[in-house]
Amino acid sequence: MSENERILEMRDIVKEFSGVRVLDRVSFALRRGTVHALMGENGAGKSTLMKILCGIYAKTEGEILLRGAPAEIQTPTDAKALGVAMIHQELSAFHALTVSANMFMNREFMKGPVIDEARMVSETDKVFSDLGIRIDPKAKMETLSVAEMQLVEIAKAVSTDADIIIMDEPTSALTEAEVRKLYETVEDLKSRGKSIIYISHKIEEIFAIADEITVLRDGSLVGHDEIGAFDKDRLISMMVGRTLSQQFHKTRHTFGDVMLKVEGLSREHAFENVSFEVRAGEVFGLAGLIGAGRTEVVETLFGLAKKSAGTVSLYGAPVEINSPGDAIHSGIAFVSEDRKNVGLNLVGSVKENITLANLKKYCRLGVINAREERAASDAQAEKLSVKANSRDTLAMYLSGGNQQKVILARWMSTTPRILILDEPTKGIDVGAKAEIYRLIDEFAAEGNCVIMVSSEMPEVLGMSDRIAVMHEGRMTAVFDRDEATQEKILAAAAGI
Amino acid sequence: MKKKSKLLDYLVKYRVFVIFAVMFIVMAISSDVFLTRGNILNMLRQLSINGILAVGMTFVLITGGIDLSVGAVLTFSAMVGCSLIQKGSPYPVILAVAVSLAIGVGIGLINGIIVAKGSVPAFIVTLGTQMMAAGAALLLRNGSPIPGLKDEYNVIGAGSFLGVPLPIYIFFAIMLIGGFVLRRTRFGRHTYAVGGNALAARACGIRDKSVTIWVYVISGLCAAIAGVVLSARVRTATPIAGSGYELDAIAAAVLGGTSLTGGIGNMWGTLAGVLIIGLLNNGMDLLNIQSYIQDIIQGLIIIAAVYIDVNTNKARN
Ligand SMILES: Nc1ncnc2c1ncn2[C@@H]1O[C@H](COP(=O)(O)OP(=O)(O)OP(=O)(O)O)[C@@H](O)[C@H]1O
Ligand SMILES: [Mg+2]
Repeated sequence: MSENERILEMRDIVKEFSGVRVLDRVSFALRRGTVHALMGENGAGKSTLMKILCGIYAKTEGEILLRGAPAEIQTPTDAKALGVAMIHQELSAFHALTVSANMFMNREFMKGPVIDEARMVSETDKVFSDLGIRIDPKAKMETLSVAEMQLVEIAKAVSTDADIIIMDEPTSALTEAEVRKLYETVEDLKSRGKSIIYISHKIEEIFAIADEITVLRDGSLVGHDEIGAFDKDRLISMMVGRTLSQQFHKTRHTFGDVMLKVEGLSREHAFENVSFEVRAGEVFGLAGLIGAGRTEVVETLFGLAKKSAGTVSLYGAPVEINSPGDAIHSGIAFVSEDRKNVGLNLVGSVKENITLANLKKYCRLGVINAREERAASDAQAEKLSVKANSRDTLAMYLSGGNQQKVILARWMSTTPRILILDEPTKGIDVGAKAEIYRLIDEFAAEGNCVIMVSSEMPEVLGMSDRIAVMHEGRMTAVFDRDEATQEKILAAAAGI
Repeated sequence: MKKKSKLLDYLVKYRVFVIFAVMFIVMAISSDVFLTRGNILNMLRQLSINGILAVGMTFVLITGGIDLSVGAVLTFSAMVGCSLIQKGSPYPVILAVAVSLAIGVGIGLINGIIVAKGSVPAFIVTLGTQMMAAGAALLLRNGSPIPGLKDEYNVIGAGSFLGVPLPIYIFFAIMLIGGFVLRRTRFGRHTYAVGGNALAARACGIRDKSVTIWVYVISGLCAAIAGVVLSARVRTATPIAGSGYELDAIAAAVLGGTSLTGGIGNMWGTLAGVLIIGLLNNGMDLLNIQSYIQDIIQGLIIIAAVYIDVNTNKARN
């Protein structure tokens, strides 16, 4: 394998944003027909390095060689012409357009002067069936779930016939089955001589598909080697600069009274007759395939959507939650899976985003006490180790994982009693993940409860006290921690 | 070395003020009268009307909306108010002011409710209310102005305190209050949040629709205040007094860095924008530039200023 020719070399790349250095003389080499994993903590500079490669950012210093020849990549069009395609970490779809229009944006099939819609649809269908994706090419992008959008994004990159495909956390919203399908696609691409740069925080994934690993830390190159030279511990310690004793922090504690009781909850076209209860001190996992209705259930609980039937009781009394305001008032917090649309104000600062859900606490007569607000947001940011230039940095300039931490910080600062987490560790690095699991455990141990929707099996199994599984809008099984296994959950999720 | 780059940072950060300063110096050199106390006060007095409108407009723009009705609201509210207090009328001046402001608030409320609850684009809603208010202002006296207002009323626009005309105080007071509300209060923060991402704001428990309604109310109120000040200054309510003023107000806010897509902007920037436009008008008058040519130059300079503003920031990154 190592004799494969180098298709890409990035040498001594430096990148500065307004004088702040985020990449410091990083070198990176990619061989033809291999999968090269790029690893590192949140904010290490992985996405930035890749955005330089595909012409989104201009490098400050350094040089890029493609197929042995120096390449000037100034714009995304240059990159495309040189055979580089990227699946972005932050989805960037055209929501009002159809799936097929998104697939072939700026490379539409034409029939004379007009777009050949029929051909676009059939070509999209072809790509989808190769990849085992079942999405209607004529559907509007905005009707898709986050996971489906991600699948479209993958299909789009694969279909460009690029030699180098960059996948920036392609699986962060996918379930096991879809991930396996993606592995097959990757193997297939490899066998056709394509090279893949793969960024992920899921260590298992890396060992399953990567041939080589390059590790970055704080914008510098830490090391690079073939996969055989790594084991999990070495990789983690290279990434975080220390060893991690324990991934899932879980203490045994006793459960109290029922805090949240849901009976016969339904929402048309989304889910039906969902009932469960969660006790104080409990972490309640919600597993299932994408589209099973888990996100819809928790959104309804939080008042973001209206239920069509059923009752919800909090602390023993029935309640009507008609808006997120009601939910927050009742001590519920909700971390959405869709951080860009439901989570962040991208043009707001880190501080503003953290304090937005309970600004009232830092106000006297509607006037913000700036010092108190700063102190509170700094404390939360530190607790979750948010990495940003300053508290006044706009959220849009944070790395993906740090954006997720900002949202977590926001909701933890509301001191909720019931914490609803939808894919809470999406895009978060191993070190910070362990930190978040510890926070979840502490939070539950203090007599609060957590509802956690997650497609990451180890996370669901590692953190939940009970696990409910949904299939096509119905709850098909509930397991206790001791009896739950991956096989049982997958079977229930598939509706078997 | 370090100090120098820090200075540069400041210059870039406050670049609208730098643009203003450059224009100020150019004017000071090219005209003898420009730097006289009389002219400076006159310039400030004239720009105070646009300044008051721009404060309200900044709120609206930050939520991602737009208010095209302010010029017509200014006219209509002043016409109705002034019709009550021509010399010899039994009503007190305070009633006229109250009625004017109530009309501004009322039209703002209508704008806000239709935008927020009816989900009609702000451009259309406020264009519609603009036409209605403009029409109603003409209808009121069949197109003629209302002169001969009571002296106590005229003081608001024509009086002065410590040698400085009252409109300047009113403008700066509104600007300071607006800046304070935007920067320091919960409502202000919510304004930014709604403009930045309405769905995320809603998920944080913010009543985004009510925030939207309020910013149009603020804008309507500012328009009515500007109407009172203007009609008192010229001692007459004219049925076309404010036509086209909305565009100056929008231009001032955008010059000051407020984004038309929402979520970004601040009052200091708007102040700079108002000063730039005021200086342009005043300067060209002093230089005896013909008024048609003034329009052409003003259009050019607005584009150039925003171009410089946007691109210095980009180059810095
Ligand atoms: N446009 C920008 N302006 C300013 N700073 C930026 C910008 N983009 C990224 N950064 C900063 O560069 C650093 C590296 O960010 P990058 O997105 O490359 O991290 P990452 O390794 O992809 O992290 P993650 O795993 O969280 O996605 C971060 O500290 C981030 O704040
Ligand atoms: Mg990234």
